[in-house]
Amino acid sequence: MLRLTIRELARALREGKISPTELCRRCLNRIKKTKHLNAYITVTEELALKQAQEAETRLLQGKPKGPLDGVPFAVKDNFCTENIRTTCASRMLKDYTPPYNATVVQKLFDQGAVLMGKANMDEFAMGAGSTDGAFGPVRNPWSYAAPYREQTGVAADSDWVITGGSSGGSAAAVASLTSYLALGSDTGGSTRNPGALCGVVALKPTYGLLSRHGLIPLVNSMDVPGIMTRSVSDAATVLGILQGLDIRDSTTGPAPSLLTELPEDFDVRNICVGIPKEYHAPGLSEETLAQWSRVADMFERAGARVEQVSLPHTQHSIVCYHVLCHAEVASNMARFDGLEYGHRSAVDSSTEALYASTRHEGFNDVVRGRILSGNYFLLKQNYQHYFVKAQKVRRLIANDFKRMFASGVDILLTPTTLTDAARHSDFMQEDNRTRSAQEDVFTQPVNMAGLPAVSVPTALSRRGLPIGLQLISPALQEKKLLSVAQWIEQRVGFPSISDYVDTKGVTKREQTSAG
Amino acid sequence: MAACSAAASEMLHNMKKQISLLYPKASCVIRRISTSCLRCDSQRQVRAQSAPQQLVGVVGLEIHAQINSNTKLFSGSAVCFSAPPNSLVSSFDASLPGTLPVLNKRCVEAAVMTGLALNCTINKKSLFDRKHYFYADLPAGYQITQQRQPIAVDGTLTYSLLGGKKRNQVIRKNVTIKQIQLEQDSGKSLHDDLHSQTLIDLNRAGVGLMELVMEPDMSCGEEAAAAVRELQLILQALGTCQGNMSEGQLRVDANVSVHKPGEPLGVRAEVKNINSVRYLAKAIDFEIQRQIDVLQRGGTVQNETRAYDSKSGETIPMRDKEGLQDYRFMPEPNLPPLIVYEDNTSLPAGVDASQAVVVQKIREGLPELPSVKRDRLVQTYNILPEHSFTLVNEDGLVEHFEAVLRATKKEPRKVIGWVTNELLGHLKQQDMSVSQSPISPSALAELLELQETGHISSSAAKQVFQEMWASPGKTASQIIQEKELGLVSDASHLHNICQKVVDSHPDEVQAIRNGNKRVLNKLMGLVQKETKGRADPVLVRKILEEKTS
Repeated sequence: MLRLTIRELARALREGKISPTELCRRCLNRIKKTKHLNAYITVTEELALKQAQEAETRLLQGKPKGPLDGVPFAVKDNFCTENIRTTCASRMLKDYTPPYNATVVQKLFDQGAVLMGKANMDEFAMGAGSTDGAFGPVRNPWSYAAPYREQTGVAADSDWVITGGSSGGSAAAVASLTSYLALGSDTGGSTRNPGALCGVVALKPTYGLLSRHGLIPLVNSMDVPGIMTRSVSDAATVLGILQGLDIRDSTTGPAPSLLTELPEDFDVRNICVGIPKEYHAPGLSEETLAQWSRVADMFERAGARVEQVSLPHTQHSIVCYHVLCHAEVASNMARFDGLEYGHRSAVDSSTEALYASTRHEGFNDVVRGRILSGNYFLLKQNYQHYFVKAQKVRRLIANDFKRMFASGVDILLTPTTLTDAARHSDFMQEDNRTRSAQEDVFTQPVNMAGLPAVSVPTALSRRGLPIGLQLISPALQEKKLLSVAQWIEQRVGFPSISDYVDTKGVTKREQTSAG
Repeated sequence: MAACSAAASEMLHNMKKQISLLYPKASCVIRRISTSCLRCDSQRQVRAQSAPQQLVGVVGLEIHAQINSNTKLFSGSAVCFSAPPNSLVSSFDASLPGTLPVLNKRCVEAAVMTGLALNCTINKKSLFDRKHYFYADLPAGYQITQQRQPIAVDGTLTYSLLGGKKRNQVIRKNVTIKQIQLEQDSGKSLHDDLHSQTLIDLNRAGVGLMELVMEPDMSCGEEAAAAVRELQLILQALGTCQGNMSEGQLRVDANVSVHKPGEPLGVRAEVKNINSVRYLAKAIDFEIQRQIDVLQRGGTVQNETRAYDSKSGETIPMRDKEGLQDYRFMPEPNLPPLIVYEDNTSLPAGVDASQAVVVQKIREGLPELPSVKRDRLVQTYNILPEHSFTLVNEDGLVEHFEAVLRATKKEPRKVIGWVTNELLGHLKQQDMSVSQSPISPSALAELLELQETGHISSSAAKQVFQEMWASPGKTASQIIQEKELGLVSDASHLHNICQKVVDSHPDEVQAIRNGNKRVLNKLMGLVQKETKGRADPVLVRKILEEKTS
């Protein structure tokens, strides 16, 4: 039952074929069995069982709250959860317990969804590997599945691959079958990147469609809650529940329309698929390129118009992204001074000394580095040279997309990442800044422009690891975006991880399942 | 957080008490604002221009006015002075991670209304910015303000001074309002040196402020004080700020420099810690004189922040917060541009009229402003301009005055003295507001009516007023009866008294008979003394004239 999609699960729950409490226990067991993945910072076992019990009562009465009643989910640990610690994978918030729920979390609770735990991540979502958090790195579940093991043959503990990031814990939770959906956050690709590397559907909605209230910010002007599921249709279901105006987030707007079911047989003959040539970037793996071509050909054969297009300012995007990101980080992190909440240093010789040592002890090098450079960009003498210039380029990037969509292109097809997942030992050779610049190259322009995008898994690489492709649409056209994504999903035949791992065995570790 | 202790509550409470002890009511009558050290009426300025060697003061003001609203600028926390520490703090006010600002419509309307009353241009689109600095009572590490594009710009405040030798000549002046910006207030820090700790109260953190920047168009403390007093009255009339300086609802910092007219402005010092209009005038005049003295001794004025010490009457250098500050301004990403609309027809489709801020609607709701009210009082009641200042300066006094007028046939010019001298004098003496007056308008009107119709003399009327003040509830006629203060007009009784006076003062009688009619007044006074001022003066004069002819 753990391999089902939400839609399949919801039907089984309503029909009484699956009990929510039994399901919840199975997921909790599986979390214990996959503890080595380090997907969760906090497992909310007690709460989950209580919520599952309540869902069971409702379902038995035939009065489910909605399609998510009794469905286990995970939440990235940068969304506030009432009375459940929310750490951002940082020592700064190691013991921080918020007094309120993020709007998106509350909406899932209101639907009867069952919270399994808070997912691991890069500290304050600054990273592209889920390797830079205070609670250790997240391991990609595919590291332990047969296709990868067969290729390597070495002990899994020494050559496991990363999940990508920063929402690696959320991706691992969905991929390892411990949650049916997970919330991530996406500022420069933090949902789509691990989604691609872990083989799950990862949706980054239009900026302002989902409330950020309760999402501990990285870059306020780019952050959006992300949705990770095992199928495109599930992502649409969850989006329909989460979207819409929230008076507590002034940057949200009303959803364009109620998102109903996606059409099962979407006709691609009427659409124009754009292939941006700038995404043919150095470092793009041969295999990812092959997948990109394969799917483009699929569209062409099905009668869609496939055109090469140009987004000329793409090459400047990542640099500007970093200037804007670091500037907002410097500002957003100013509140962590040890006075009201969070870590407080024992050094208290003066208020200034308290601030300095609190922030030194509480933040890792990546966070401190971004604060430093961000403050540099905001200095009076630098503001025009860096921040204002980066904002201008941001406008140009957004205009690139606008012009291109206005010219008749409906949707863009690009790779999500350059390659499949890197081995942790290889990944750690580079510093966080270089890695972020490499990993976010295809994903962050969309955040600069506020557009929706989705990563869909398409195939396993020769190493036995997932490869994903990204679709980008104009703002607020999630329905078209997901319809096209589902069209791909129906045709690529991406395998389920449950084909390769034992979800029932009690003692057997996954790596032994194939010889 | 360290700030929740009862001790802090006590401290705040005591501080408030001390403040009200030290500064009972900001001095309200315009004449009392003036200070002795520097006068800057028009004559003086003319002199200054003809003697270019003379240094004169230049004063600009930065005023923080706390918006009178039920809730804070970006959160739903209540706004209330002297509530228990940290009892009015929402998650946003404490900068809990993940919280977002939600703009309070009432605060925007207050700023627009204030802008309109000060003849500002209202920016249809304004922006919010973050201003960064580390301070314990600024939880987010930045203040949300309007640095780039404030809500209102380019206005003027017209204020008046009383000048001339008798200080009864009204001089009108203008000061340019550069801008009005919306911003958050900070919390309060209390430094406990004894235990070397700082207690923080976040009740004030996030309260809406209007920062008004006045250009350096003033030249002395008296002008600055008059401008601030006028602003205070305007804000109070609008209801956009309660304007109480001692409670910090209105905080004034003065930028002071000196120069020779026609030459570039001198280096300025900022004077802070001024908590009444009276001290504002004193602080500025002290600072101007100090800078003149420094320059005349051959020194240079420092660009610095100075605090006013009301005990010594001096300004003293303040230790700057952290030396040179770079506030690292950046746009506030969580708030879209603030849009206000000219009228209902300019509302775009899809915008809910009840949610929008419409300038036209606010303009139509503007109340009578103090300057208009003063002109109306002078014209309608034919009273002196300085009386109109006194009336308007005291909250509720105009209404009291007009209510008295409605209930009596006495001429306004005769009533005004009772209101501005007797009533206001008694109120001031006991530090009471008009609304606390034990003598209602109708009670005062009854008293004046009795005087007007000749039932009591004017001196007796004052006695009755005293009695009414001391025993509220008793009517004037009751008191007149009890104390036998009614006018004695029994002719035979008065004849007897007059005869006694005439008999015992033969010299005076002789003088009158010799033609010195003025001596009659002395005899009249003696008769009044006998009757304790109750004798009908017309009758007495007639009798005495008969007896001395």
